[in-house]
Formats: sequence, structure tokens, C-alpha cells
Amino acid sequence: MVELLPLWSAGLAVGLALTSALVALFSGRVVSLLRILAMPLFALAGLAALVAGLSAMVQGDILTAQLPLGLPWLPWRVRLDALAGFFLCVIGVVSFAVGIYGGGYVRGLEHGRDSLPVLGGFSGLFLTGMLLVVLADDAFMFMVSWELMSLSSYFLVALHHDQAANRRAAFLYLLMAHVGGLSILLGYGVLAAFGDGFAFEAMRSSELTFGWASVAFVLAFIGFGMKAGLVPLHVWLPEAHPVAPSHISALMSGVMLKVAVYGFIRFVFDLIGEIHWQWGVAVLAVGSISALMGVLYALMQQDIKRLLAYSSVENIGIIFIGLGLALLFLGTGHKMLAVVAFVAALYHTINHALFKGLLFLGAGAILHSAHERNLEQMGGLLRRMPWTGAFFLIGCISIAALPPFNGFVSEWLTFQAALQSWQLDSGVLRSLIPITAAVLALTGALAAACFLKVYGVAFLGRARSRHVRRARQVPPSMRAGQGVLALLCLLLGVLPTFVIALLNVVPQQILGQGLIQATSQGWLWLTPISPETASYGAPLVTITLALMLIAGLWLFGRGIRRVKRCDAWDSGFAPPNPRMQYTATAFAQPIRRVFGLLFHIDEGVKLQPDGRRRYQLNVNDRLWELLYLPVARGVERAARQVVRLQSGNVRTYLSWTLATLLVLLWIMA
Amino acid sequence: MSLSSWGVALLQALLYLALAPLLAGWVRKVKARLQNRRGASLLQPYRDLYKLFGKEARMAHTASPLFRAAPYIVFTATWLAASAIPFIATGLPTAAVADVIVIAGLLALARFFLALAGMDVGTAFGGMGASREMFVSALAEPAMLMAVFTLAMTAHSTNLSSMVDYQLLHSDILRPSYMFALTGLVLVALAETGRIPVDNPGTHLELTMIHEAMILEYSGRHLALMEWAAQLKLLLYGVLLVNVFFPWGMAQGIHPGALTIGLLVVMTKLLLLGAVLAASETALAKMRLFRVPAMLNLALLLALLGLLSYVILEV
Repeated sequence: MVELLPLWSAGLAVGLALTSALVALFSGRVVSLLRILAMPLFALAGLAALVAGLSAMVQGDILTAQLPLGLPWLPWRVRLDALAGFFLCVIGVVSFAVGIYGGGYVRGLEHGRDSLPVLGGFSGLFLTGMLLVVLADDAFMFMVSWELMSLSSYFLVALHHDQAANRRAAFLYLLMAHVGGLSILLGYGVLAAFGDGFAFEAMRSSELTFGWASVAFVLAFIGFGMKAGLVPLHVWLPEAHPVAPSHISALMSGVMLKVAVYGFIRFVFDLIGEIHWQWGVAVLAVGSISALMGVLYALMQQDIKRLLAYSSVENIGIIFIGLGLALLFLGTGHKMLAVVAFVAALYHTINHALFKGLLFLGAGAILHSAHERNLEQMGGLLRRMPWTGAFFLIGCISIAALPPFNGFVSEWLTFQAALQSWQLDSGVLRSLIPITAAVLALTGALAAACFLKVYGVAFLGRARSRHVRRARQVPPSMRAGQGVLALLCLLLGVLPTFVIALLNVVPQQILGQGLIQATSQGWLWLTPISPETASYGAPLVTITLALMLIAGLWLFGRGIRRVKRCDAWDSGFAPPNPRMQYTATAFAQPIRRVFGLLFHIDEGVKLQPDGRRRYQLNVNDRLWELLYLPVARGVERAARQVVRLQSGNVRTYLSWTLATLLVLLWIMA
Repeated sequence: MSLSSWGVALLQALLYLALAPLLAGWVRKVKARLQNRRGASLLQPYRDLYKLFGKEARMAHTASPLFRAAPYIVFTATWLAASAIPFIATGLPTAAVADVIVIAGLLALARFFLALAGMDVGTAFGGMGASREMFVSALAEPAMLMAVFTLAMTAHSTNLSSMVDYQLLHSDILRPSYMFALTGLVLVALAETGRIPVDNPGTHLELTMIHEAMILEYSGRHLALMEWAAQLKLLLYGVLLVNVFFPWGMAQGIHPGALTIGLLVVMTKLLLLGAVLAASETALAKMRLFRVPAMLNLALLLALLGLLSYVILEV
């Protein structure tokens, strides 16, 4: 019984998520049902998934079961191994926090125009879809759950469909999700053709030639990369994620992107079979470009949720840098180094889920109490919302990869893996990886600038508009949801050895080797390669920092001695007013100027009809005009050609149908 | 790792605190002499700190609690980063607690809070300083990491103590990668410590300020901590340059005699470095802000060249 706990718990999670969806359907009549019952059920589903994932990782067994669902010759099979367990943890922990937070958040929507049954129902289905993707053991169930996840999140993106921009974002999301889904389906098709069957077990035993394996890899990379938001397939992400309600944005950015990462790992590391280093180079290159472009675009945003969405592109890029290094090391036969890079990628996966979830919940709290998403209108929120401000600061420090928080640990591990590139035989690869490391370093520094901008403009200084000045503290449940994630950000940063000891079973099962040496020096020392090569005493750093801070405060601060207040000095000019503060745009101006070539900048002074002049600045994605608009125009042109067939005559249509049928029959024969 | 080596590590950390104002005073003194002034005494930075600690601290009405906490965080993070860099001896346990990436991370943490404090009061200068600081550091940090990665790859370790040991052991080889890395790191150090030609620590002239703009609102003990942290950072980069690239004379154990020699040697090296810094600050003019990226890109390019010349030529 105990050995089946993970499976039962995972089943319970799916059941609870479905119940939450079902309960929410009745919230049209009883408005408070969503808050009182559906969201707690959602949190419980997250908790059950967390228990399932943790117990599966601790046990280290592979559990399988067969569901009484699916096609007659292809019953749905579920499988819970360490990799699935890890991703259940990622889904579970964020869903748990979102469930707690959602209770307070949806209260603000109860008297609005939003349809609560749609919100609650699709939230539950969304969670169900994500859980089932991770549990699936055959391509059929995987694709059905994948589409469930994509479609239910589409309805959540389209929740505020009264605005044209939101409808456009939702449509773009739907379109991209389906192109990606198609690509994944074709990828599974290649594996199934060689492996004789859609079960993952059959695919694992298939033997592909390099050519076909590469075709499958490219299809999977495009499909999962599109869902994960890798550049240049990311354009839907900054449109769709900000539009959804904030706790759903947290799920989409924090968790759904990770499900895509899961799909990629399952497909490439587990199912394809032999791994070739050329794939690693491709993943590394795309990951590096995503990381850099993501953070640069994030820096240019003024909408806080859009900024966070672009920053997800950056973090997914960092995860794929780790995965690319792992592929590269695997393909050249350095398994131990591959494990380091793989663990770094997994570590960043859970880290990003935690801090991005936290930051989106924080943005939701601002939206809830100040009704504002535009950074240029914010300011001084730390004094009005101290708890949210403190948690948001933790999120910012974590995502900026600063010690002693969690983002730093995964970045440190990625650097350690990259620094082992001297062991490679090929001179080209040896010199390629340091360039990636340089990109990663630049990304980290720019991310710090980006989140400094967010925090400094939103929470510090003085309010730039009246409604932000009136912002109030959010309800306790919303604070608790953020608090859970903030605490975990700290714990994962301070105690990396425990996390890696737990994570170890994933590479053991997937790659056949664990990272035992990382924790061999006791829990104080993280030594991923060997104690001589590199070590990081995260608990010691944290304790020393804390002790020195306390000592400093005790010596000079003498507890909470009152400090006399006065006007701001500001070099002795006239007393500063809120409009004299640096804005978000001004803050990013030097960086915009240096990296100007990468953006499509539309800047100028326009003469208004009333004779006043107005400064305008638009920074847009350059990829739109380079990649997407030509494709869109091409599709439109092709559609115009097809219109010629549309004569309006039924007999013509019937003859076309007959001709198609004949051609198909001829092909089949 | 015995108790006595932790003791030496603590001593080394305290030495950093004690000597940081001295280096700042020395640079100022040499600069004054080069400009035909007599200059203030070498002990003037200590007197300034003492005076500031005794003065009353004031805060703006609009300042948040973060403004008050920031000086302590900036100071402790900088000090912790410094104490992990081998100063007079190698093989100390502090180098294992924080390797060179952690040191860069701690410095980034200090900078993050420094810039947050700049934005906290809501003045135009504070925001300007914060924006410029993050701009400069965003370009300088990758260059710094690339430069130290060159050494780390050569020594097969990111532990600074091992890197120094490796350099001591293989000092007979002249490595082109080290030359590149050294030049890159010197440029980065100028930018990160806010010296001419990137920033001028001696002026409050509004349009050129970076570091001073962020700490404009501080007074009393808060200002003292911020100033001390800046002096620590100068010493930190100085020690990093002289000890990693020219480590001869450092103690390789915790023998008191070797430690004394190590201290004397490193002080001589730092005095020389300080004199060179003063001379270059006298000879150079401050750059326009938008010329700085060119300089830092050069630093990044040099550091990357160092790394590439290592992986291509020297493996």
C-alpha cells in the first residue's frame, strides 16, 4: 500500500482538480462557492500532487497503472517515475500557493462582469490537463492531456474577451499552441513508426537512424519550444500571459512552461534513445538567444505583467542552456558533466516556478488593490503593502540570481557545468561554451537591472498616481499564498544540498548516473564536481550574512532607535515631487540606447490636433516584422488564391470533393 | 580545516576592514602629490569615518525601512565577498565557502541594495544614479566573470585559493590568456569601483555622478557604512588583481612568520597598484557616459579572447 502512495496521491490530485472544476460550475448561482470551496479544493489538489511527487522521488521506483479509459486497443497508461515526480512537485507547489491566494483574489471578481464558472471551471481543467501530461505513458494520452491543457488555458486567456486586444492575444495563443501541438504529434509519429506503437515503452526500445532521430528531435524542439516560449517562437507568450487573471498568469508562466520543459526532457532524454551532440549545440544556441533577448525585452516593458512574461522567456532560455549543455556532454560521452548540467536545468526549473509564481501573485496583489498594471503610474507601494512588498523583494532578489536565494544556486550550477568545457576534445565546442557562459553572465546582470527597475519604480519612491496612493493591504489569504512561495525561494537557496539529494534520483533513472559527489562533503557544502574544483557553502554564507547584519544593527542601529526625519536633500534643489522621479522608461534608457539595434524603436515628438506636442516611444519586437508578418502575409495570399475555387455552385464543390476522394484512394492504393 | 585556519580567516577579514580606508587615503595622497598639492594625511579616511559614525543620521520623510536596512546589507555583503578573497594566505576555509562566482554574486547583492536605496527616497538624482550603476554593472559583470573564468578554467577550479596556488606552482609559464584576462579585469575594476574614467569619486557634480548620486540622501552612520563599503570594494578589487595575477610572496599556510611576510608583500603590491591608479586618474579625463559601453565591451572582448586563447591554444 505504501509503495502505491505516489500513484494514489496523484490520482487524488487529478480527482480534486476535477471536483474543483465541477464545483466552480455552480458559482454562477452561488457566487461565493468559488472562493469557499473551489479554490481550497484547487489548493488541496496541488498539495496532493506535491505529496505524490515527493513520495515518488523519495521512493525512487517506477510505478505504472492502466486506466479504464482510451481506445480499445490503446488503453491509457500512466507511469510515475522520478522525472514525473519532480514535475508533479513543480505543478503541485505552485498550484497549492495559487489555490490559497486565489481565495482572496477571486473575491475581488465576485461583483465584476467576469464569468466565475468559466474562470473556476477552466482553472480546474487546466490543472487536470497539466497533471495528466506528466503522468501519461503513451503518446495518445499525452496528446489528449496536452490539448486539454492548451484549450482550457485558452479560455482563461480569453476570459476578458470584451477587449479586442485580449481576443487577439487569445487567438494568437490558440494558433501557436496548435502549430506546436501538431509538431509534437508529428514527432511522436516518427518515434511510433519506428517503435511500433504509441506506448512510450515501445518508443524507448525503437532504434532510429541519425537522420530520423534528428527529424524527431527537430519536431519536438519546435513543438515544445513553442509552448515553452523559446525565441523566435515566443511572441504569443508576452501577449497571452498578462491577459489572464493574475493567479492564472502565475500558473501559466510558472507551471505550464515547465510542462513543456517536461515534454522536451521526456522526449529527448528518455524516448529518442541515442543522443547526438549536434542537438546540444542547437539547444544551447537557441537557449542563449532566448535568455538574452528575453531579458532585454523585459527591460523595455512598462506593463508589469508583460515584463514578467518576457522574463519567463529569459528563464526558459537559461533552463535550455542547461539542457543543451547536458545534451552536448552526453553526445560527447561525458556523462558526469551531463548530470551536472541536467541537475542545474532541473534546479532552475523549480526555481523559476517558485519565483515567477511569486512575482505574478505579487503583480496580482498590486492589480487587486491599486488597479494598475502600468509601472509608470506606481511608486511607494512598499509603505502601503508592506507584506506584498517584502515578498516581492524576495522574488526580485531570487530572479536576479543573487545569493543567498534560490536563483543563484541554479545559475551557479550552470556556470560550473559550462566551466568544465575544457574536458571536451573538439576545439570548436570548447570555445562555443565559454561564449554561452558570457551570454549567461550578461543575462544575469541585465536581469538584476530589470528587477531593480520593477522594484524601485513600483515599490519605492513616491506614488505617481492617485489610485496607487490609495492602495491598501491585500487580504490574508493572498499574503499567505505569496508567503509560501517566498519561504520556499529562501529554503531552496539556503539548503541546496538537500534539494540536490532529493533531485538525484531523476538523473539516476533518466541518465543512469546521479550527482552523488555534490553532497559528499556534508549538508553545508555543495560540491557538484569535486571539492577541489568548486564548493559553495550556502548555509554558511547565509548564516554569516545574517549574523553580521544583526551585529551591525545592534552596534549602530541600537535596535529600533528612531531616526529623525527631514526633507529629501537632492543636492539642495527645490523639494522633489513625484513627477521628478526616474520613470521605468528613463531607467532603461541607457540600456535601450546600447542595445538599440535589437529592438524596433519608434520614437518621436508628435504634434497633437490641439497644438500640443507629445513625446511617443514604442519599443517592439523586431521578430514580428522579420518572421511573423511575412508568414501571415503569405497565408493571406494563399487564402486569396483558394478563394478562386469558391464559385458558389454546389455541383463544382461536389466535383472537387469527388476528385479529392479519388486522389486519396489512389495514394492509399 | 582546523580551528586555527578559521582564526586566520577571521583575522584576514578584519584586516580587510582595517586596511580599506588606508588604501583610499593612499590613492588620494599620491594623487594630491601628482597635482602638486600636499594632500590630506593618510589617516584622513579613518577620521572621516569616525566623524560620520559620531554624527546624527537623518532620513527623508519619504524613505522606507529598506532605506535604513540597505547600508548594513551593502556593507556586510561587500565585507563577506572581500573576506573570501585570499589576502595574506591561501588555503583558508573562507575561500571554500564562497568561490569566485559567489563573490561576484555577493557584490551584485550589495550593488542591488545600493541601487534600491538610491531609488527609495524618490529623488531624481537617486534614480539617475541607480539607473547608471545598473547600466555600467550590466556590462561590467560579464567581463569580470569571463576574466576570472579564464583563470578558473586554467586552474580547473573556481576556488580562488586553488587558483592562486596553481599560479604559484606554474609561475614559470607566460600565458597569453592571463595577459588578456588581466587587461580585461583592470578595465572592469575601474568601472566597478567607480574610478576615473567611468565615475569620479571626488566630485558631487550632478551630471557625472553615479555612485555619489545613490548615496546622496545618506548621513551619519549610514553614510559611514556606505563609504566604508566603497573603500572595501576598492581594496577587494586591488587584492583580486595583485593576488591572482601576481601571487608571489603569499603565505601558503598559517605559520605566523609566513603570514607576516605575506602581509608586508601584499601591502607593498597594493601601494604600487594604488600609485598606478592615482597616476592614471591624474592623466586620464572622465568619459562621457555613453563612451563607457565601448570601454566595457573592450573589457568583455579581451576577457573572452583570454578564455578562447586558453581553450584553443593552451589546453
